[in-house]
Amino acid sequence: MNAIYILWLRQIKRYFRSKSRLLGSLGQPLLFLLALSFGFGPIFQKAGGGNYLEFLAPGIIAMGILFTALFSGIEIIWDKQFGFLKETLVAPVTRIKIMIGRTLGGATIAMIQGIIVLIIASLIGFKFSIAGIIPSLAFMFLIALIFTALGTAIASMLEDMQGFQFIMNFLVMPIFFLSGALFPLGDLPESLSVIIAANPLSYGVDGLRRTLVNAAHFGIGLDFAVLIGTSAALLLIGGYLFSKIEI
Amino acid sequence: MRENAIIKVSNLVKNFGELQAVRGISFGVEHGSIFAFLGPNGAGKTTTIKILTTLLKPTSGEISVNGFNPLTEQNEVRRSFGIVFQDPSLDDELTAYENMEFHAVLYNIQAKLRKSRIEELLKFTELWERRNDIVKNFSGGMRRRLEIARGLLHHPKILFLDEPTLGLDPQTRNHIWEYIRNLNTKEGITVFFTTHYIAEAEQSAGKVAIIDHGQIVESGTPEEIKQKAGSKSLEEAFIALTGKEIREERVGTKEVFRRSHQMWRRG
Repeated sequence: MNAIYILWLRQIKRYFRSKSRLLGSLGQPLLFLLALSFGFGPIFQKAGGGNYLEFLAPGIIAMGILFTALFSGIEIIWDKQFGFLKETLVAPVTRIKIMIGRTLGGATIAMIQGIIVLIIASLIGFKFSIAGIIPSLAFMFLIALIFTALGTAIASMLEDMQGFQFIMNFLVMPIFFLSGALFPLGDLPESLSVIIAANPLSYGVDGLRRTLVNAAHFGIGLDFAVLIGTSAALLLIGGYLFSKIEI
Repeated sequence: MRENAIIKVSNLVKNFGELQAVRGISFGVEHGSIFAFLGPNGAGKTTTIKILTTLLKPTSGEISVNGFNPLTEQNEVRRSFGIVFQDPSLDDELTAYENMEFHAVLYNIQAKLRKSRIEELLKFTELWERRNDIVKNFSGGMRRRLEIARGLLHHPKILFLDEPTLGLDPQTRNHIWEYIRNLNTKEGITVFFTTHYIAEAEQSAGKVAIIDHGQIVESGTPEEIKQKAGSKSLEEAFIALTGKEIREERVGTKEVFRRSHQMWRRG
């Protein structure tokens, strides 16, 4: 066993032991899936958009991953407050390894979350390409990695949970709503299109849509390239900020 | 004495912006000794420990821990010491055994040795029966014992204890001190500790340094300090040296957060 593995394992154990967290994190995607697909489904169909659940489900999978991943990253604040971070920081392990282990752990949890949402969606009638499952997992993992690293970067700069609400409202919600998770990107006003094109989650949602229901806006090659580039950049930034933590 | 010192500090300074937390302190801790670092709240004790344990970088001054420089030889320094922090630092969601295992892997202790050492230390701290319990359900004394066991897992040369007995009842305090003295005599581990219970220092420490406002105001054996101050107990000497004024520790957002979390948990 090495340091990265044990840090990863710790995150996984904590996730599966916290039953309330497991269940609580499923409520929101389930609500979105049910309310939106049944609520907007008929209008979407009449407007010629096809099956709304098919369109929506990849977006909600991405949402589940986004929320879980950011929270996992932000768990560092928790560890700062309750002292456990000190235990890892005085150990003879480089900060980069600690950051990588934690981030991989958080990303794995977020990916599991995405898979669970996929299962729930299929239970309420979401039909997807079986062959697309494996490539969709790659997209889920990239989305998870990006936002865990982003959460780590943010948490490394914050002292406590005070700034957390601010982040939720001014970062997480805009990332979700302005990603094409809920609506098609075809005929949008120019300004909105620009914002959406600058949002990495848009490419994650697009990639999931392409692999699961064979519909795409940007194209799978671009999706993949943007996600890889963004995750590399955020891992570097997160790693740098994490290595600067003093407690 | 400086020649035989396992911890050497000279002219150590640490500033946080305008605030001078440590103002040029110098001291040495001998191999295999028990050293008490005493001072009122906010005197600079924890800051000094954080610098010695590579958590903070000093503003200036020279330090050496087990012959290594905490600034340039971080990993060598980190392998040399074990630490019990002032605030808890266990993972509440893991079991006692898992907390130990996590530490052992971080310190790169091989699988076979890992098992036998964890068992030995959990038995030593009388926690072996509870090894598979989640730490959340442990009492304050059990957590402290587990932290001490964890701090010893990689066989450190030095054990740092930042107020190891804070908030514990006298029985548990005695128990823990017995362990520590035992370790010191049997294993020859150097112990560096801070405490607010001055009597503990008087009982256990070979040497004492008293720090106030970031400077060392007195140091020596408990006997020497008492003689110099002309007092009957070390506590009297401590008060004579540091004054009667009550120090307010700055309560950071961290503390506020921790308290509110505890309330929420109990509710």
